[in-house]
Amino acid sequence: MLNYLWSFLILTGLIVGSLNGHIVSMSDQILSSSKEAIELCILMFGIVGLWSGIMNIAVSLGLTDKLQKFLFPFLSFLFPNLKNQKAMEYISTNVVANILGLGWASTPSGLKAMEELQKDNPQKEIATNEMCSFLILNISSLQLIPINIIAYRSQYGAIQPSAIIIPGIIATCCSTLAGIIYIKWKDRKL
Amino acid sequence: MISMIASFILPFIIFFIILYGAITRQEMYEPFLSGVKDGFRIVLDIAPTLIALFFAIQIFRSSGAMDLFVRFLSPAASILHIPKEVLPVIFAKLFSSSAATGFLLDIFKTSGPDSTPGFLASVILSSTETCFYILSVYYSSIHIKKTRYTLKGALFATFVGIGVSVFICCYF
Repeated sequence: MLNYLWSFLILTGLIVGSLNGHIVSMSDQILSSSKEAIELCILMFGIVGLWSGIMNIAVSLGLTDKLQKFLFPFLSFLFPNLKNQKAMEYISTNVVANILGLGWASTPSGLKAMEELQKDNPQKEIATNEMCSFLILNISSLQLIPINIIAYRSQYGAIQPSAIIIPGIIATCCSTLAGIIYIKWKDRKL
Repeated sequence: MISMIASFILPFIIFFIILYGAITRQEMYEPFLSGVKDGFRIVLDIAPTLIALFFAIQIFRSSGAMDLFVRFLSPAASILHIPKEVLPVIFAKLFSSSAATGFLLDIFKTSGPDSTPGFLASVILSSTETCFYILSVYYSSIHIKKTRYTLKGALFATFVGIGVSVFICCYF
């Protein structure tokens, strides 16, 4: 996917540039783009590293397990017919990892959850209600603190980089609520 | 007021975690260090895509192709009451988080992170996920072919998130 988008951007850019004459001034800008990317990465080593450190303390203190227990009633409301305990555990790990923005922990547990759900699936090529619910919940976005975006904002001189946290949380809650309403509506219908 | 609360959130989370660790007398320094290492690994993973996309988007923008593209999209943007620069971000985010980041940073460079499009794009990116990417990775890992209502539900949630972001950023 990215393969096509990437080559499309480069090719159309170069064609348009040679048609309108902008190509003359483009060389410098092309080279400076890599410099900018690395400057951004250096800042991100700091912010993302620091935040991952804090989050890893939370994991090692067992706070994430506590959050998982706290979320259990909510998840059993969303997956009323899910009997597979292992699947439930992976789903809750994935949800907590997504809420806290622990990207590296969310994908492996998410894939495990899908594997477990597939074991209970009578028709192996058709998604079950639980799979649909899980992925809709996942895609509705759960992350509360978007640390990467805060880092980008700080690199480009935002007055208050963390100002997006509250609007972000409101939008995230609304989209998740919309996802849940949709899931419940479908579950009832089928 | 809201920005006051926002600036307290990060310090509060940090305070709460460290206080909890101090009260329960658990080791925190070592886990912190290994967490930082994990964070470095994440940034190292992102770094090549950032170079790739900065490069491609720079060509696209400095050639004037971006302006053409955005002008082409502007009727749709004005119907939806969205600043037109934000549309490429929304479109890219459905497929790839890093491509969307590339467009976001392009807005930061041209209009600044505190401008309406910059702020809106930030909020949208922090409240949506890469819909098509997650669907294809998760379903193809277990060989599901019929995904039933997943895509509709996921797009519905995504667009509610975008709508709320627009509402918050453009009307407050």
